[in-house]
Amino acid sequence: MHLSADEVIFWESAFVNLNLTIVTTWGIMLLMTIGAWLVTRRLGSGLHISRWQNVLEVVVLGIKSQIEEVGLKQSRRYLPFIGSLFLFILMSNLLGVFPWYEPPTESLSTTIALALCVFVAVPFYGIRKQGIWAYLSSYIKPTVIMLPFNIISEISRTLALAIRLFGNIMSGAMILAILLMVTPFIFPILINVLHLITGVVQAYIFSILATVYIAAVTTGKDTTEKAD
Amino acid sequence: MDSMTLIAMTSIITAGLTIAIGGLGPALGEGKSVANALTALAQQPDASSTITRTLFVGLAMIESVAIYCFVVSMILLFANPFWNYVIAQGAGG
Repeated sequence: MHLSADEVIFWESAFVNLNLTIVTTWGIMLLMTIGAWLVTRRLGSGLHISRWQNVLEVVVLGIKSQIEEVGLKQSRRYLPFIGSLFLFILMSNLLGVFPWYEPPTESLSTTIALALCVFVAVPFYGIRKQGIWAYLSSYIKPTVIMLPFNIISEISRTLALAIRLFGNIMSGAMILAILLMVTPFIFPILINVLHLITGVVQAYIFSILATVYIAAVTTGKDTTEKAD
Repeated sequence: MDSMTLIAMTSIITAGLTIAIGGLGPALGEGKSVANALTALAQQPDASSTITRTLFVGLAMIESVAIYCFVVSMILLFANPFWNYVIAQGAGG
């Protein structure tokens, strides 16, 4: 049984190889972009708007209200980043209903890439909001001795984001593969349903944690209460 | 018992023990947290969205400990560096 989509290689050169993970990732991005473009070609604003526009509005406003509830009041600034994270992970997990589909988040490369986006975004938003000295001084906040611990906690929670998503999605795929060898009759279908639900929850968790980390660096005085 | 057998045996036993013990703690913790969340929901039903969201975030944090144990167990079974080294030595030497 092949362990992950990383091993199916289409084309290989010196350092890089084009494997199934990359192809699936770009396929999902293309699907989302073309779908969004098709829906927003003719945007209406009266009482009667098209069905798909309604769906998109529900999704976007839902994400916006979640961001505001967590504590980021200027949600429109952070909505593109967090919305993209949520929708990408959601799509890549939910498309698992189709057979022979391997979610790209099953490979540690994709999840580490997403976690690195968050790792870069948090100081970016922090410095934009507070200025560089205030942001850097937050690392020595209680005492100077906490400096290595703060740095280690920053790195480890990024790693935890990546491994949490990777472990959840990969475990679903692996359990499915093993179950197909053991009891192939009805049980794998139930496990597949559970795996889809887990995928949605993990997408939500990833984006909410990203929001919490960003809120921790952009709310200034009460950073310690907003931290996780 | 030569080193190849020893490495294989230890890896398999440790992988099983890792996931067994590593799944115990998070399961107990999650049970307690869901029980407390249900109590809070019963006392204040109108805060249900906040409680549910916090519950899910907390459950994900607790679950990640179990995921770490699972990843270690998978590494021991499928990407074991000691086993790969011993196999390479056995094949080459």
